[in-house]
Amino acid sequence: MTDMKNASDAPRKRISLTETDAHTRKRNASEARFKAYGLGAILIGLFFLVVLATSIIRSGVPAFTRTVLEVEFTLTQEQFDAAEKQLFKTKAYQAVFIDAMTQKLTEDGVTASFDNAAIERLLGKIGNDLRGHYTANTGDLGKSVNFILPASSRVDGYFNGRVTRDTLVDSRFLQLSDLDLVDALHDAGLLKQGFNWTFITGADSGVDNPGGAGIGASVVGSFFMMLVVLVLSLPIGVAASIYLEEFAPQNRWTDLIEVNISNLAAVPSIVFGILGLAVFIQFMHLPQSAPLVGGLVLTLMTLPTIIISTRASLKSVPPSIRDAALGVGASKMQAVFHHVLPLAMPGILTGTIIGLAQALGETAPLLLIGMVGFVARGYPDGFMDGFVEPNSAMPAQIYTWAARADVSFYDKAWGGIIILLMFLLTMNIIAIILRRRFERRW
Amino acid sequence: MYDVLHTERNVTQNDVKINAQGVQVYYGDTHAIKDVSVEIEDKTVTAFIGPSGCGKSTFLRCLNRMNDTIDICRVTGDIRIDGEDIYDKRVDPVQLRAKVGMVFQKPNPFPKSIYDNIAYGPRIHGMASSKAELDEIVERSLRRGAIWDEVKDRLQAPGTGLSGGQQQRLCIARAIATEPEVLLMDEPCSALDPIATAQVEELIDELRSNYSVVIVTHSMQQAARVSQKTAFFHLGNLVEYGDTGKIFTNPEDSRTESYITGRIG
Repeated sequence: MTDMKNASDAPRKRISLTETDAHTRKRNASEARFKAYGLGAILIGLFFLVVLATSIIRSGVPAFTRTVLEVEFTLTQEQFDAAEKQLFKTKAYQAVFIDAMTQKLTEDGVTASFDNAAIERLLGKIGNDLRGHYTANTGDLGKSVNFILPASSRVDGYFNGRVTRDTLVDSRFLQLSDLDLVDALHDAGLLKQGFNWTFITGADSGVDNPGGAGIGASVVGSFFMMLVVLVLSLPIGVAASIYLEEFAPQNRWTDLIEVNISNLAAVPSIVFGILGLAVFIQFMHLPQSAPLVGGLVLTLMTLPTIIISTRASLKSVPPSIRDAALGVGASKMQAVFHHVLPLAMPGILTGTIIGLAQALGETAPLLLIGMVGFVARGYPDGFMDGFVEPNSAMPAQIYTWAARADVSFYDKAWGGIIILLMFLLTMNIIAIILRRRFERRW
Repeated sequence: MYDVLHTERNVTQNDVKINAQGVQVYYGDTHAIKDVSVEIEDKTVTAFIGPSGCGKSTFLRCLNRMNDTIDICRVTGDIRIDGEDIYDKRVDPVQLRAKVGMVFQKPNPFPKSIYDNIAYGPRIHGMASSKAELDEIVERSLRRGAIWDEVKDRLQAPGTGLSGGQQQRLCIARAIATEPEVLLMDEPCSALDPIATAQVEELIDELRSNYSVVIVTHSMQQAARVSQKTAFFHLGNLVEYGDTGKIFTNPEDSRTESYITGRIG
């Protein structure tokens, strides 16, 4: 008491409010520095985001375009009959086509020389396509038909800038002289670039045919996997969280479970993969490479994420709401399901969709259970078959393409990443919309 | 001031509604309520007063077993409502809470419409067989909660959009919608301004004709204004219990006197 009195008795130095003292200046400077660091961190992050986005788009866009030869061609009944009598029928069709092409090019004033082999290098074995068309549509004989024939991936590469005259080494795939022909055809308006629907709708094509490769089949594989993950992990995860958060007694066992769930969230995904291989395939004898197994493995991986986020959002509901419900005589379950759960819904949905997005991008465990890219050779026959027929998933397909020797697959890998990112973006947008719709204020 | 109140008060002897004998409450190792015995009468407002942490809210929450939701809380002793032991193994706390309604310190309407706030209790207890009947219960409860005139035109508006005092009266209306026999109020006016407090107090006085009301309050003036019986708690003990007029004018225990005169607490 007496000390305080003495202190107030001492004459105090008067400091004007208009001039800042050294201590305040130091505080203000450190605050300004901190703001600058934060802004710098955000700018660096944005810079890398822009670099990433542009490089993905630049490398990935070629996967969506393809070069096609669009040409009018007429096959007469006589030519058809003659060709069908030959031993090598497709060769005969090819010969007729090349004759017609030569004639057309001379009319157009294109001078570049070409032969059977050059055409094969540019367009693949077109005789097969032609014969296929005319045997199926005999009515088209004698009429002018507009053919759209895909060019080889090397020609694609030439238009995309991957293959240049300087870097091209003559091979059985493409020769320098062929590029003259390509240029001539392009100038004549016969060879043009179009949208590559095959990439969207196709399946994996095999190592020597990058042009025919598509991501469609593995999108379907991913879809069935996500269906399994959603149907299993959402109810199990939400039920487990509600039980642990609202009903379970707080004791050593629940503490142990809680610690284990947190740890599971940090387990590397490849561990789940090997677990899936051992348990689901080797022990339970579920089919290999099946989206069902992939879905089960990813469910195990997603569950901790969903449980943790659901518990967090249940915890964030104010206890006064539970009291209010119990106070009017609601049972514990009614209080949870009528009041707590609806309020926790936005958080639960967000957590679930983030978990699903994680699962959608997961590669390693899928490789271990055999869902590698080259398995995705076609679409499943029916809805139920979608779960058990061998298939791949988008990230595994991308991984397989990226690992292939033919550089044309490089484009496909980047294109696949664009598709994958589009799906992830869609899921995140859905998460935001759902959160907005369920959000309530109290 | 208390003399005036004392003369106005007409104390009538009512039946005992809640009979608590030798109640002990432990939170883990803490002995929160020490051997409390009290008889709460029907159609009477009973006030629990005492300094913070004296156990009055804890004791109140024993009366509808809200303490069951706290894992570490242990209650012993005998609490009977209409002669029935509410801590009996056969008693379902959910059924008990329908009979013993509760209003909390902070207004806590559900984040739903005003209508749904009131209708929730009657719905889960199956009290209405038709929409019309439910409408009637909602209107009656809101009228008894003295808030009908303010909200009748916006029953579908969210209950959380009301002012603090309106929210608390909505919560009281919600509590009486399930036709409880006892109404427990845990500092119902601590978050309200004087005008809203006056409205709620008026409401409590009206409720006395139908219910046995137990109110926990920090405000001695409020206890003196609304209650007929007052219990003074101190450090987990029930120090004194009796007619409000007597407690405030002529307390028997020196601690009670110290508290109401402002020397402790």
